[in-house]
Amino acid sequence: MNETSLWSVFVNASLVNNFVLAYFLGICPFLGVSGKLATASRMGGAVTFVMIIASVCAYGIHALLLLIDAPYLQLIAYVVVIAATVQIVEMFIKKTSPTLFRALGIFLPLITTNCAILAVALFQTNRAYDFMQSIVFALGAGLGFTLALMLMAGLREKLELASVPSLVQGTIVTLISAGVLSLAFMGFAGLGA
Amino acid sequence: MEHHTATSPTADDSAGDTDVFITGLWRQNPVFVQVLGMCPTLAVTNSALNGLAMGLATTFVLLMSNTLVSLLRKAIPRQVRIASYILIIATFVTAVDYIIQALSLELHKALGAFVSLIVVNCIILGRAEAFASRNSVRRSLLDALGMGLGFVFALLCLGSVREILGSGTLVGIAVLPDGFEKWVVMLLPAGGFFTLGLWLMVFKRIKREPPRATETQP
Repeated sequence: MNETSLWSVFVNASLVNNFVLAYFLGICPFLGVSGKLATASRMGGAVTFVMIIASVCAYGIHALLLLIDAPYLQLIAYVVVIAATVQIVEMFIKKTSPTLFRALGIFLPLITTNCAILAVALFQTNRAYDFMQSIVFALGAGLGFTLALMLMAGLREKLELASVPSLVQGTIVTLISAGVLSLAFMGFAGLGA
Repeated sequence: MEHHTATSPTADDSAGDTDVFITGLWRQNPVFVQVLGMCPTLAVTNSALNGLAMGLATTFVLLMSNTLVSLLRKAIPRQVRIASYILIIATFVTAVDYIIQALSLELHKALGAFVSLIVVNCIILGRAEAFASRNSVRRSLLDALGMGLGFVFALLCLGSVREILGSGTLVGIAVLPDGFEKWVVMLLPAGGFFTLGLWLMVFKRIKREPPRATETQP
């Protein structure tokens, strides 16, 4: 088993190796829904939530697959379980809190194809995290994703007011700002294990 | 993707085969025009070779899944089609993962979890849904080939720029003089964002020219 402390797992997942800015995971929602601060924070919340549930499920599946000695089923099982989890979470939220359901809207089903979720499951397996470490890792990754998304949304709200040359408008200026943001996050490198 | 679905006809014989191929390769290039599949595009392009390997692996999965989806397009019920596509894709990705591991452990380590992550590459699911599910096997194959090679082309564009500026080599061979100060930032994540931004800018500039002129560009 892996002996890394919970705190260092958390800091690593959220800041040092930020999922969006260091691993390039979840770029689609990062570029797609970072237009407004409010939607960005809600999307971040939904992703964090699904990440933690997916992480718990993945831990169980991994143990089960080891038991029946079928590691080649890992990827297929993860994908199916994540898709099913998102579906169940969606139905659950719809029943218990229609307000939250409306607020999340289309983002919830889209999370299924968010590569950051699958990556949480794969990374925790590759690094042999134990149960607590897995949950903390998922929480850190989710919060790191939310942080990156909200910072980007803040930047883009400011960019609306700036005069940008027409050639770089839209995706391009967003990518360049993401690059600058990524450079800034490199400053956290010293914090990691 | 939506845009493409809307403009490309669904009938089997309304557009020529070459047209289907060129659409993916250039006119609707998955990376530079549709801006899909960003995660692997940025993550594994710190060298041209990694980019090429990733591109070929994705092309293989795309070819296989498009063929199978097209073969089964009448058998898969509409309600569970997305789940079925994901299962088909996941199966081929698992195969590719094992193939790469068997061919070169070093490459497998360099690409890391990103081989498994091909499963959530929106290009593949997008083509299954938008093209293969309503076209013949032959046309789906051509479409997959076009899109796949378009993806390889884009990854090579990014990978070579980052490798030349970041380590002064191309596919491992030194191309810049010894005195060249390497731009380490190009190998870092930030370099990926910058390079992609620059390439998109180049393509936007080319696309602004009169339509026919673009055909002569590489």
